[in-house]
Amino acid sequence: MVEWFRKSKQGLISQTRKDIPEGLWTKCPECGEIIYVKELEKNLNTCSHCDYHFKFATTEYIKLLFDDGLYEEHDAGLISGDPLQFKDSKKYTDRIKAAQKKTGQNDAVISGYAKIDGREVSFAMMDFSFIGGSMGSVVGEKIARSIERATMRKIPLIILSCSGGARMQEGILSLMQMAKTSALLAEYDKVRAPYISILTNPTTAGVMASYASLGDVIIAEPKALLGFAGQRVIKQTIGADLPPGFQSSEFFMEHGFLDKIVHRRDLKRVVSQLISHFT
Amino acid sequence: MANGIVLDFEKPIVELEKRILEMREFASGGSVELNSEIESLERKLEKLTREIYSNLSRWQRVQLARHPKRPYTNDYIEHMTEGFIELHGDRGFADDKAVVCGPAMFHGRKVMIVGQQKARDTKSKLYRNFGMMHPEGYRKAMRMMKLAEKFSLPVLIFIDTPGAYPGIAAEERGQAEAIAFNIKEMARLRVPIIISIIGEGASGGALGIGVGDVILMMENSWYSVISPEGCAAILWRDAAMAPQAAEALKLTAPDLIELGVIDRILPEPPGGAHRDHKGAAEILAAAIDEHLMAIMEMTTDEMLSKRLDKFRNMGVYYHD
Ligand SMILES: [Zn+2]
Repeated sequence: MVEWFRKSKQGLISQTRKDIPEGLWTKCPECGEIIYVKELEKNLNTCSHCDYHFKFATTEYIKLLFDDGLYEEHDAGLISGDPLQFKDSKKYTDRIKAAQKKTGQNDAVISGYAKIDGREVSFAMMDFSFIGGSMGSVVGEKIARSIERATMRKIPLIILSCSGGARMQEGILSLMQMAKTSALLAEYDKVRAPYISILTNPTTAGVMASYASLGDVIIAEPKALLGFAGQRVIKQTIGADLPPGFQSSEFFMEHGFLDKIVHRRDLKRVVSQLISHFT
Repeated sequence: MANGIVLDFEKPIVELEKRILEMREFASGGSVELNSEIESLERKLEKLTREIYSNLSRWQRVQLARHPKRPYTNDYIEHMTEGFIELHGDRGFADDKAVVCGPAMFHGRKVMIVGQQKARDTKSKLYRNFGMMHPEGYRKAMRMMKLAEKFSLPVLIFIDTPGAYPGIAAEERGQAEAIAFNIKEMARLRVPIIISIIGEGASGGALGIGVGDVILMMENSWYSVISPEGCAAILWRDAAMAPQAAEALKLTAPDLIELGVIDRILPEPPGGAHRDHKGAAEILAAAIDEHLMAIMEMTTDEMLSKRLDKFRNMGVYYHD
């Protein structure tokens, strides 16, 4: 099996750094502390003062969660069509090409098989750096196939979400990806293997209102933005400011929609234990 | 249109109608000349109506979908069912008035109705929250669908919402979870579900009661991932660009047939459903009845596997 796997590309590590401001020092947006960048990287891109979690590339999550950072990738060749021939200030096809060039990926999900403490899992990980992790037909299809692979092999399913929601440029078809993925999760229920949904900053709108909310267990990193409606829209609708901590992981947990908040350094251990409890 | 709001593109029709009405009053004396003049104007009116309505832009259709005289869920219930009994509440938190549910008789068959409810005057609009549901609305809808499942009643869904309500309390009570839960449960509900989009179908707010065996769409309604205003505000940074966003989103019934998302477009009475509620209801009822009969020929497992396939196959992508 091992020869099927390939190491996450070393070249993509620079992606992590790109999301952190250039230079030797950076400021934590949560607590304002000035942090030495080397220190930040050593702490898996989390603030050691307040536990704020900075962005973490999918390649880094792969190294963090999967045995030896190995995985067998599936469906990497799926590429978005342009069903609406959508154009705002830019053509959708140009946006896609730009995002592909920037990330080296075809769309906003990496998916396949991997092992967590020796147990095989089917996984999908969303990549925020690809058009905000937005869900169009390719994201929906790759998530759907990940669910189907988990169903077929009766193995645990791990989906790590990071997305602003559905991809407007695919109109109604992006909305329908919510139905596609959620309907397949109903099928996955039949095999009685655990689906662990991991929410990272941010997970909102169409993704939050479909598979991200349907885990047997739902865990989130601290201080992530989680919710359905966008904060600007809510502010406009109610004509008032939003309370502090609104739509955070802690808010979600307080209101009963999250099983657990887990620090990045403990993520693999907790996921692994959960799999073992439910397998 | 007798009273109320007249959309810009409806004006020539309304003016011509007024002229015909005036002439009819004069003609009550029995002038042959006037009568033939009226007849010719009526032919002109018919032609004009056909012309205007066959060339509507997407934005004009959005406006028709929002027409304050448009038939709402309760109008369809009144015109196509008998013995409807409204049932309230989610048994957990509250009764969401933006959605109306309950059993009824439809063409001699027992059914469960679930529909988003808009209203026409300010007080009622507030009472119905403009057809924007809270989490307890989605949970109430699911409770009624489970009730339908228990008693083997087909579910008739009417979609008409500008979106799920974006507010603090809605987030506190789990708007995302409520919608996600419904989508998954509707995919496996063991009774037929017929979805009818009668006005606006905005985003997750619509899809939260929008999974079923057949999706019907009234000719002048819209269904998309976001409202034209919302899309314009994000992509053009200007809500006034909504007409352009409506074009870009391809959100009309003919668009959705082409994209393989809906099953059938239902033509509305001349000039739109708002001009003839009863006529619109008859057209929709006939279609619902036809599809319901076809679904009921299948076994439950066949029905569910077709329902899954329907959504499983939606999307456009290719392999490099
Ligand atoms: Zn900090």
